[in-house]
Amino acid sequence: MFPTPVQKQSRAVQLGYQAFLPFALILWLLPLIAVMIFSIKPDVDFTSGNYWGWPSSFEGFNNYGKVFFESAMPRYLLNSVMITVPTVIGTVALACMTGFALGVYKFKGNLLIFFMFIAGNFVPFQILMVPVRDLTVDMGLYNTKTGLVLFHIAFQTGFATLFMRNFIRALPFPLIEAARVEGVAEWRIFFYVVLPLMKPAIAAMAVLIFTFIWNDYFWAVVLTQGPESQPVTAGITSFNAQYRAAYHLMSAGSIVAALPPVAMFFLMQKHFIAGLTLGAVK
Amino acid sequence: MHSILKTSFAACVAAGIAASGASAAGHSLSGDLVIFSDMSNPAPRAVMEGMVERFGEMHPDLNIALTVIDREAYKTQIRNFLTANAPDVANWYAANRMLPYVEAGLFEDISDLWEGQISEDLASTKGALTIDDKQYGVPYTYYQWGVYYRKDIFDDLGLSEPTTWEEELANCQTLLDNGVKCYTIGTKFLWTAGGWFDYLNMRTNGYDFHARLTNGEESWQSDEVRATFANWRELIDMGAFIDDHQTYSWQEALPFMANGQAASYLMGNFAVAPLRDSGLDDSKLDFYQFVEITPGIAKGEDAPTDTFHIPTGAKNKDAAREFLRFVVSADNQTLINNGENLGQLPVNANSSVDDDKFLQQGFDMLSNKAPGGIAQFFDRDAPAEMAAVAMEGFQEFMVFPDNLEDVLDRLEAAREDIY
Amino acid sequence: MTVSPVVPTTRYTPPPRGWYKRNEIAITPWLFLAPGVLFFLVYVIAPIYQSFGLSFYNWNGLGDVRTNGEYVGLQNYNKLFGLNGERADRNFQISLWNNLKWLVLYLLAIPAGLFIALFLNQTVRGIRIYKSLFFFPFVISQVVVGLVFSWFYLPNNGLFTIMTGWVGIEIRGGVLGNPTWATYGIIAAGLWPQTAYCMILYLTGLNAVDPEQVEAARLDGAKGPKMLWYVIIPQLKPATFIAFVVTIIGALRSFDLVSIMTGGGPFGSTRVLSYYVFEKSLSERGLQYGYAAAVAVILFLIMLVFISYFLWSMYQDEKGAR
Repeated sequence: MFPTPVQKQSRAVQLGYQAFLPFALILWLLPLIAVMIFSIKPDVDFTSGNYWGWPSSFEGFNNYGKVFFESAMPRYLLNSVMITVPTVIGTVALACMTGFALGVYKFKGNLLIFFMFIAGNFVPFQILMVPVRDLTVDMGLYNTKTGLVLFHIAFQTGFATLFMRNFIRALPFPLIEAARVEGVAEWRIFFYVVLPLMKPAIAAMAVLIFTFIWNDYFWAVVLTQGPESQPVTAGITSFNAQYRAAYHLMSAGSIVAALPPVAMFFLMQKHFIAGLTLGAVK
Repeated sequence: MHSILKTSFAACVAAGIAASGASAAGHSLSGDLVIFSDMSNPAPRAVMEGMVERFGEMHPDLNIALTVIDREAYKTQIRNFLTANAPDVANWYAANRMLPYVEAGLFEDISDLWEGQISEDLASTKGALTIDDKQYGVPYTYYQWGVYYRKDIFDDLGLSEPTTWEEELANCQTLLDNGVKCYTIGTKFLWTAGGWFDYLNMRTNGYDFHARLTNGEESWQSDEVRATFANWRELIDMGAFIDDHQTYSWQEALPFMANGQAASYLMGNFAVAPLRDSGLDDSKLDFYQFVEITPGIAKGEDAPTDTFHIPTGAKNKDAAREFLRFVVSADNQTLINNGENLGQLPVNANSSVDDDKFLQQGFDMLSNKAPGGIAQFFDRDAPAEMAAVAMEGFQEFMVFPDNLEDVLDRLEAAREDIY
Repeated sequence: MTVSPVVPTTRYTPPPRGWYKRNEIAITPWLFLAPGVLFFLVYVIAPIYQSFGLSFYNWNGLGDVRTNGEYVGLQNYNKLFGLNGERADRNFQISLWNNLKWLVLYLLAIPAGLFIALFLNQTVRGIRIYKSLFFFPFVISQVVVGLVFSWFYLPNNGLFTIMTGWVGIEIRGGVLGNPTWATYGIIAAGLWPQTAYCMILYLTGLNAVDPEQVEAARLDGAKGPKMLWYVIIPQLKPATFIAFVVTIIGALRSFDLVSIMTGGGPFGSTRVLSYYVFEKSLSERGLQYGYAAAVAVILFLIMLVFISYFLWSMYQDEKGAR
C-alpha cells in the first residue's frame, strides 16, 4: 500500500493525521458550507453586511418554505425528474443493445462503429447546438421535455455504449458459446444470458447518467424556455433573477437543486464510483 | 412628443365611441387566443393577467392561454417560438429591436389596425413602430429615463437640482467630499452604461447626431464622439460612480442608493418601485431631467416603448387584432399604466397619467421639455451587433478610461462591418 | 427488438433453416445496433456536418438558412482569422487565448487529485466518509458551483476578497470584475469538482497498485517521492490517462461556469470558444448563426486533435487485446 499506512508510523503522526483530516475536509468544502449557512440566514444579515458570520437568527424554515411554496422551484424539480428518468431508461436500454452487439460479435465495421460512439461522445456541444435546436423545432418538440429527452438519449448512448461494450467484453465468453451450442436464439442469449450479468453495469450507468442529465444546463437553455418544461438547473437562473441579491433564497434554491444527485450519490456510491472509474484500473 | 393635454372633448368622445364600437361590432370572437408575454416581474405580470381576464370577460367564447416567460429568457426564445410554435400575440420592443423580425417576415403587417383614429391616439409612438410606412405592432407602455436622486441627502448638503453641467459637477464634488458617491450603476449586463452614453451624447451633440450615430452614419472616431467621452471621463476621474460596478446588475446597484452610499441613479422609471420598496418614500426620493451640457442644444430623451405584435404564424389573427385594440384603448391604457400597476406612461393620448410624482414629472418632461426628440434606448436604436460591441466598450471605458482609443477603434471597425 | 423467425414447422421433416436463421450471427448485431446508431446519427453525427455547412453562410437564424441565408464561402473564417483583407476578430482571439489558459491550468486537477488521493489513501476509522465527502463537489451541478464561487468572489463582501485583504492583496473590481483575474477565478471554480473527479480515479487506481511491487521496492530502499515517481505513478498510468481525457474535455466544455459566473464579462475578457458560439447565435444580441457555426467548427477541430489521440491509444489497446 502506498503511501505507508499511518498505523505503521509513530503515534504522533497518527494523531496528527486524524486531527488534520476534518480540518482539511472543512477547508475543501468551505464554499458548500458557506452556502448552507447562507440558506438559513435572515435577509437582514446581507443588508447589514454580515455575509460570512454566524446567522443572527435561524430562518431555515422560512427560506426553504419560500423556495417550495412561493416559487416555481417544485415545478422545475418535477421537470428535472421527468427529463432525467426517461433519459436514464432510454439510454440504458439502447446502450445494452449496442454494447451487446459490439462486445459479442465480430464483424466488419465493429471497431469503426464503436469509435464513432466514442468520438461523438467527446464532441463539443456547441457544434451540435444550432442543428439540434432546428431539428427539435422542426419536429414540434421545442420547449418540450420530450425534445430534451430524445437528444439526451442519443448523446448519452455514446458514453454508455463505451461502458457497456467494455463490460460485456470482460464477461466470460464461453457462457455465450455454450448457449449457442444449445441452439439458443441470439436475442434470447441477450435477454437470458448477458442481461442478467450486466446488472452492476446497468446500475452504474443509471446513477451516472442520472447525475449528468440532472446537472445539464447547456441543453436545457438551448432546447427549453419556461417553467412548463425547464429543468431545475435552468430554472435556478430565473429563480435567481426573481430574487436577485437575496442570497439567502438563492442559496436555499441552489441546495434544493443540488440535492437529488447528491442523495443518489450517497445511496448508490459503489455503483457511481464503479461507473466513473471505468478504465482507471487495468 | 404630442401632448395629450391638448385632448379635446370631441376626440375623447370619438375615441370612446371607437373603442366601444370596436368591441361591440367585433363579431363575437371564439377559438383560442395564445399569448406569449415577457412581463414576468411581479407588477407587470399582474397587469398582463388582469388584461387577459378583462378581455376574456368581453369575449366569453374566446379561450385565452397566457404564457409568461422570464423577461431575460424571452429575448432569446422569441426567435424559436416565432418560427416553431407561433402564438397569436407576443411582446417585444419597438424600433431597431423589431427590425430583424420584420425583415424575416415574422411579424404581421398590421397597418390596417392603425388606420383612422388610432393613429392619432397613438401618434407619439407611431414612428417607433413604423418600418417602410407600415406598422408592425402596437405599444402598450413607455417610460422616461432621468436622474433619480436622494432628496434628503441633497437637502442635508444644501444641494439643489442641477440644470447645467457645471452645477452637476459641483454637486458631485460636494457629495464626494462628504463621502457619498454621486451615481450608483451596475454594468454587469452592459445596457446601463448605454443609458449614460445616450444622455451624454444627446446632451453634448444633440439628438440628431445621436440618431445618426446609432444609425451608423457618423464615425465613432469623430470629434463629437470624443467630446462625449471627454465629458464622461470628467465624472469617472472624479470617482463619481460606485466602485466595482462591472460586477453588479442594475438591481444589485440599488442598495447603494437605498443605504445612502450613492446619491443618484440614471435609470428608467422602473427603478422607482424597488427604490420605494427599499424604504425611500417620496420625501427622500426625487427626479430631475438630465442636465444641459452643450448650451442651446435641444434636449432629447430616452423613452423606451414596449410593444405587442402579431406573429405571421398566428392562427387566430382576428382575435389577436381585437386584443391589440383593447390594449391600446384609452381606458385600458389609463388603468394598466397607473401607479398601482405598471407605474409608467400611457401611450394613448386620451388616457390620463396617474397622479404620481414621478409619472407626472416624466410626462411633463417628455411632452414639453424634450424638443430634440425621443430616442428608444441605445440597444433598441442601434442594431444588435453594434449594440453588443459598443456597450461592452462603454463598460471597459468606465473601468479603464485610458483604453478609450482602443475602444473607439473597435467601435469604428464594427461600424464599418455592420452597417 | 422483435425478431421472431417466421418459419413454418412441419412435424416430421426437419424445418428448413430460414434465411434469418442461417445468417443469425451476421444479422443480429446490426439489429441490436440499429436504434442506437440511428439515434446517434440523427442527433450527433448529422448535426456536425450541418454545422460545417452552416459555417459557409451568413444567416441570422430566422426562417430557413436556404431561403433567408446567404452563401458566403469562407468569409466567416476569414473574419475569424483576419485573412483576405478582413479584420481579425478580437473577441475570437480572446476566446482562443482563454481556452488555452483553461487547457493548461485545468490539467492542475490531475496532480491535485493525485495529491488528495495519496492523502486519503489510508485505512483509519471513518475514512470512507471522508473519501465520499471529498468527492462531493463533483456531484453538484456546475450551475451551483458557479453561483457559490461567484458569491465567494464578491467585491467587498466575498470571503475570498476578505481573505486576500488580510494579506494585503486587493483585486480591483473583485476577482470576477477584474479582466486580468476573472478567467483564473472561473478556472479555479472549475478545478474544484474536476480535482474531486481526478481524486476518485486515483483512489481507485491506488487500490489496485500491486502490493508486492511496493514491498519489493521498499526492500530496495525506495521510499517517499522516489517510490511515488518510479513505482507508483507508472502503475497509475490507466488512471492518469482517463484523468487526462476527462480533464481536457472538461476544459473545452467550460460553458456553464462562464455563463453563470460572468456571462463572458467584464468587457468580454472571460469569453471562451464554447461561450462565444452561444453568444453569437442564441444569446440576446447574437443572430449571427453562420459565424457562430464557424467558431464551433474551430472548437471542434481543436477537440478533434484530442479525440484522435484518445482513439489512437484505444486502438493500440484493442490491437493488444486481440
